[in-house]
Amino acid sequence: MSLTKENILTLLEEVKDPEIPVLSLVDLGVITGVEVSGDDHVTVNMTPTFAGCPAMDYMKKDVERTLEKHGISNYMVNMTFDSPWDSNKLSEKGRQHLKEFGLAPPPKYDLILDLDILEHVKCPYCDSDNTDMRTPFGPTLCRSMHYCNNCKQMFEQFKPL
Amino acid sequence: MNELAIKDLLYKLADDQLILGHRNSEWTGFGPILEEDIAFSSMAQDKIGHSLAFYTLLQELGEADPDTVAFTRNANQFHNSQLVELPNGEYDFSLIRHFLYDNAEIIRFEMLSQSSYEPIAKVATKLKGEVKYHVLHANTWIKNLGSSTEEAILRLQSSLNEALPYALAMFENSKYEQELIDAGVYAGEEAVKTEWLKRIQAVIDKTDLKLPDLATIEPKFGGRYGEHTEHLQPLLDEMAEVFKIDPTAEW
Repeated sequence: MSLTKENILTLLEEVKDPEIPVLSLVDLGVITGVEVSGDDHVTVNMTPTFAGCPAMDYMKKDVERTLEKHGISNYMVNMTFDSPWDSNKLSEKGRQHLKEFGLAPPPKYDLILDLDILEHVKCPYCDSDNTDMRTPFGPTLCRSMHYCNNCKQMFEQFKPL
Repeated sequence: MNELAIKDLLYKLADDQLILGHRNSEWTGFGPILEEDIAFSSMAQDKIGHSLAFYTLLQELGEADPDTVAFTRNANQFHNSQLVELPNGEYDFSLIRHFLYDNAEIIRFEMLSQSSYEPIAKVATKLKGEVKYHVLHANTWIKNLGSSTEEAILRLQSSLNEALPYALAMFENSKYEQELIDAGVYAGEEAVKTEWLKRIQAVIDKTDLKLPDLATIEPKFGGRYGEHTEHLQPLLDEMAEVFKIDPTAEW
């Protein structure tokens, strides 16, 4: 196999967020750069979703395991804040997968966070926006908790950041 | 740029977050309602993650690795403000401290995201988005409880009065203050304090709480220079208890 940026990205589609196993790291937006140099040395740059996310180290190791599984041994995986993550970096496919998983995807927004953005999130089960935010903190750092007044269920949102 | 000045700035940022992160974690399992238990636990995890980001920058400048720096120093080697080391007290005190601290923290991050020292600017740019949630949480509860029952208002007012001398000392100047300002690394503590006062006043104005006359308050300085209350060393001993059983263990 010839190594190109595109086929490395295709390989990395296999690596999923361990806490949201329907979401690949590429769709999550944490793979910020892939470079293949002349001698087939592969550099993958990653950035954390939340700085305190305990899954980031696991994800980095998973990227390394996946490269090795495909016979790539000449690589470097870096975790950097060079292109910091925000929730607008989630791909459309990623957003669809989140919804199917039962997690409301974050709205695309202008990166100015206010209560209006957090309240009335669309329920991933019934699509109603007659919902209330219960708390901006949830079972993991990237999730907030909401209640749907229409289908009477608690649900979680992948938080806008 | 004087590397000692940068290190001093990084230590105070990182130590504040590590120590408050640990205090926040003490609410795990004890929150007054489930959502608050989760909120303080989540903020604990964020704060410790933020301290790690700054300790990593220190490591890149030649300091020891983050675990060694976090778990093997004594109280007099810590640069955190005394505000963050005070015991949690009751929920009203923890909430007031969180309000006073995080409103300052977000201003620091906003200012540092413009820093001429690029590694700090990048980290601050990332972290300010996360701290927005902490500020939103604090301000929402202060507004709700600060205009609710007589008991809530009394408790918050008394905690506010108690916390303010420590909160004002968050802005203790470092010995490199002017150097950092001149080099465009950091706008400096006075600038942070001025903006902080505006923001906390705006929230307090929406409640039945009153901000006392700050000119009459003597700030509890010293934390930035390693002077701490009797509460820090026991916190550090507890935090490092497991680490010290086997410092070479792989986790």
